[in-house]
Order: sequence, then structure tokens, then C-alpha cells
Amino acid sequence: MDGFLDYFGSLDPSLFVAALPGNIAQGILWGIMALGVYITFRILNFADLTVDGSFATGGAVTAVMLMNGSPIWIAMLVAFLAGITAGLVTGLLHTFLGIPDILSGILSQIALYPINLHIMNKFSNLPIKVDNYGMVFTSNSEKMNICGLIMSMRDVYTAIIVAAVIAVIIMAIMYWYFGTEQGSAIRATGANPKMASAQGINISIDKIVALALSNGLVAFSGSLLAQYQGFADVNMGRGSIVIGLAAVIIGQVIGEAIFRKNFNFILRLLFVVVGGIIYYLVMGIVLWLKMPPEDLKLFTAIIVAVFLAIPYLRGKSKNSFKRVVKMNRKSAKLEVEKNA
Amino acid sequence: MLEIKDVFKTFNKGTVNEKVALNGVDLKLNDGDFCTIIGGNGAGKSTMLNAIAGVWPVDRGVIFLGDKDVTGLPEHKRALYLGRVFQDPMMGTVADMEIIENLAIAARRGKKRSLRWGVTKAEREKYREMLAQFDLGLENRMTSKVGLLSGGQRQAITLLMATIKKPQLLLLDEHTAALDPKTAAKVLELSDKIIAENKLTALMVTHNMHDAIAHGNRLIMMNNGKIIFDIQGEEKKKLKTSDLLEKFSVASGGQELDNDRMLLSK
Ligand SMILES: Nc1ncnc2c1ncn2[C@@H]1O[C@H](COP(=O)(O)OP(=O)(O)O)[C@@H](O)[C@H]1O
Ligand SMILES: [Mg+2]
Repeated sequence: MDGFLDYFGSLDPSLFVAALPGNIAQGILWGIMALGVYITFRILNFADLTVDGSFATGGAVTAVMLMNGSPIWIAMLVAFLAGITAGLVTGLLHTFLGIPDILSGILSQIALYPINLHIMNKFSNLPIKVDNYGMVFTSNSEKMNICGLIMSMRDVYTAIIVAAVIAVIIMAIMYWYFGTEQGSAIRATGANPKMASAQGINISIDKIVALALSNGLVAFSGSLLAQYQGFADVNMGRGSIVIGLAAVIIGQVIGEAIFRKNFNFILRLLFVVVGGIIYYLVMGIVLWLKMPPEDLKLFTAIIVAVFLAIPYLRGKSKNSFKRVVKMNRKSAKLEVEKNA
Repeated sequence: MLEIKDVFKTFNKGTVNEKVALNGVDLKLNDGDFCTIIGGNGAGKSTMLNAIAGVWPVDRGVIFLGDKDVTGLPEHKRALYLGRVFQDPMMGTVADMEIIENLAIAARRGKKRSLRWGVTKAEREKYREMLAQFDLGLENRMTSKVGLLSGGQRQAITLLMATIKKPQLLLLDEHTAALDPKTAAKVLELSDKIIAENKLTALMVTHNMHDAIAHGNRLIMMNNGKIIFDIQGEEKKKLKTSDLLEKFSVASGGQELDNDRMLLSK
């Protein structure tokens, strides 16, 4: 009992509040990553595990290019292109070599680990020191540098604004792209490949394009996170698919509960990012409750499992064998009571 | 319009499940032919339509659409010439997309998909008029998700999608078989109307002998991967179901037409 009181006594609410802005910033950054996952998981209907590798690729490319004196804009562009390449490979493995979706993603992911190490010159961790590069946007205007980092946890509030603006721009681009002829064809490919083929859509090409765009976006968010946290790590993408899925699914469940029939495409995209923020807020609470950090991924897996199960269980509760037996019993009882 | 020469297709070759589905099929359709196809379960009707659509390559033989040899073209490239409606109402449309989005995808069949908007304003009006002619109230639900529609409504949409860009050949594979009789009759009537108005060349598989006789100007019967009977024009008009049953028995070497579905739907 004493231990219990000690435990609660040791929880300092101000620590939780202090961690809040950082959690929000990370939530948005992972929300951007989750927008990439949304393209494959929801639009293409393809559980793509490449992202664990391509996320780290984005960070690795950014760190190395910055070290070699490249402006951040170029580094981020190359990170995006590197992600595109990774997605392209997964797409080719799947479409041209006929390897099942999960497996082609796993193969790319495994292959990317040594590739990322090569990119980082065999270092498993490279610093991205904000002191060396300065920042493009900053509230304390000392080190403004048009070629500096676009965000850093040194200036969390600016990072939140920059990340939010980037997220909005990406959502706008996705909203536009998936409304075009090309984007509609990708949506059809994901939802009904048979129909897509019959309507003259080359579903192999469309799958490759979607995988490439998704991984490009994931690598781009890896670049942002590396800048934010001040380093790139070859392991920074480990488990990222689960976090991305968590954001997608949490956002979907909450968005559907709020908007129901009006939960349209732009809201769906918005709630992917909202899902990322909620995920990191929950993580913040969990850490604040002093759960060991190494258990976080376990917790994430449980969250994802629960949220994935919700729609299924909800459907089942309305349509179960037990329920009909229970209902029959109830009506039989009513009948007896009526007759009595 | 369509010419199939000596086409063979065997599934699962070299396994215990080996099945010769097309065993030397020859068929030539003239411009404007509306040909119905009947035959027992597993006769190869769907396989023939799939061979024409290029779902997979045939083992042997050539397929011409118009002057074009399409034997070597994959499904998505042949789609330029074809309109298709499947038996399963779920198959031809994307449930999660709006009616109008489905139509717009179909209208761009065979065109390069660009970065222009997937649905333009001008199309909207055009589709509204087309849907209004169906008399199903769909013209007021153009932004509804197709998944909210009934099977019959979905088949009507698929039919419109198949013909929205005039195909050289329309392939209907038991497209009313999954519908209740009243809806089936309505969709069939709609098919007739669209084929007549657009002067389409069409192949329609049906398990209903009455429908096969009542619609189109030509009828073929398939059995064991072959066309065993082919009748057209005045002769077809005089055809009775009893004739078909007898033809089947004779052509298939004394076999009875043992297809319950076919007998029941007399
Ligand atoms: N994709 C396939 N793989 C294996 N066997 C198939 C395939 N498609 C059709 N078949 C077989 O080929 C034969 C002809 O089928 P089908 O053309 O569908 O008949 P139906 O005349 O009833 O439409 C059947 O025995 C069927 O099982
Ligand atoms: Mg069939």
C-alpha cells in the first residue's frame, strides 16, 4: 500500500505537461509517416512492411547529405527519391516476380538495413547537430539559415507549426492526386483489381506507383524526424509500420465515431494525422506513468490490436450465434410471463 | 467484328486437376451481331469470354477484334475494345467509390490516365441524362457510394460503364443470374435497349433458354469446350426450347442435358 502511494506521489503532473509539446510534434511527424501507410494499407489494400526500412533510409540520407554540405532542401528531396526507389523495388518484387505482398515488403525491409548502413558509411548512428546547421524557421532568430534544418526539438513550438504546415500541404496534395484520373485508377486498383483491369487500368503499374509514392512519403517523414530528434539511426524505423497503422486505425475509429456518414476523404486524411497525435499523447501518458520505455512497442502492439479488433467485434456483437440464443430465451421467457 | 480461330485453353496442365476448358473454338461474329450463348455448367462459356477479354493468354489459336489481332495483348490493353459485365454484381464496380466516379473511370477506358480531375463538370450532366434513362432513380444519387446500391442497380451501372465508351464488342456473362427474376428481366430489357440503340456487337451468356431464344439474332450452344450448335436469323426466330434440348442431346452424342439450372429455367 505504501509503495502504491509512493508511486502516485512520485508522479509529477508538471512533467506530463512539459512533455506535451514534444509529444504533439512527434505525433504530427509520425502522422505524416502514417499518411504514407494510408496509401498502401487503405487505398491500395497492401500491407507494406517496406516502411520500417524506408523510414530509416530517409533519416540516413538526410544526415549524410547534410554532413557533405548539401542544403536541407536537396537532402529532403533525395530522401524522398530514395524512399520512392525502395517502394519501386517492393512493387517490382510483387508485380513482376509474383512475390506475395507481405513478403515483398519484408524482403525490401531486410535489404534496406545494410543499405542504410552503407549510406551512413557503416555508422549505425549519425548526429544532425542543429548548432552546426542552424534552422530555416526559428522563433529565436539567432541562427536563421536558409539552408539549415527545417525543424529541431530545440525549438519545439516552431517544429509543431512547421510539421503541421507540411502535414496540411501533403494532405492537400494527396486529396488532389487521388481525385485525378491517375489517382482514381489507383483507388480502383486497390478496391477492385478485377474491375480496374476490365476498365483498361494496368494494375501492376498502379500498384508500383502507389508503393513508390507511399515509401517516398515515409522516407520524407524519416528525414523530418531525424532533423527533429537531431540524429539518424539505422534502427529508427524499427516497428514504424505498427506506429503508422496505429495512427491510421486510431484516426479512423475516432473519425468514424464523430463524423459517421460525413467522414469524407479529406477528413480521413486529417484523422490519420490526428491519430498520430493521439497515439503520441497516449505514449506520453504511459511514459509519465513510468512504464519502462523498452515496453512501449509492446503497448503499441496492444493498442493496434485493440483498435483493429473494434470494428470486427462491433459487427460481431450485432451478428453472433450467442446473441440469437439469448434473444430467443428472452422472448420465450416473455411468452411464459404473458401466459402466466 | 470478332473472329476466334482454333482456340485452346487447358487449366492446371500436368496436374490431376487438368481441365481442357476450350477445345478448339471457332467463332466469327459480324458487325451488329447479338449472339446468346447457352450450355451446361462447365461447358467453357465463361472461359471463352475470358479468352476474348485476355484475362490470361490462350494456349493456342488467334483472336481478332475488328482487323486487330489481339491474341498477344494483356487484359488492360484489350479493354479499349471491350465492355464487360460479370455475373457477380460486386465484380464490375468499386463499392467504395461514388456512382459518378465509377462511370468516369469507365469513360476513360483505353485512354491514358492523366493528372486532370477524375470527374469533370461536363461529364456530370452527361451521366445524369444517361442514368435518368434507366428510370431507376440513380440520377439523383450520383454521389452515393455504389456499395449502397442493390445488385440490380449495380448491374445497371456496370452495364452503363461497359457501354459508356462504345465498345467494339460487349461481353455479358450471366449478368442477370444473381438477380431476382423481376430485376433480372429489367436489366435484360435495359441490355437489349442499349445494344439496339448503340448498334453494338454483343455476346451474352445465359442459363435461361427462353432468354437465349428471345434475345439477339444468333444463338450458340457450347459443350465440353466446343461450340456444338450455331443458329441465326429466321431459323433462330422459329427456335423452341424443345429444339434446343434435342440439339444438345444429338450434338453431344446422346448425352442428356443434365443441367438442373437450365431445365428449371425453361
Ligand atoms: N481459372 C481457372 N482455373 C482452373 N480451372 C478453371 C478456371 N476457369 C475455369 N475453369 C474450369 O474450366 C471449365 C469451364 O469453366 P467455365 O468456362 O467457367 O464454365 P461455364 O460454361 O459454366 O461458364 C470448368 O471445369 C472450370 O472448372
Ligand atoms: Mg460461367
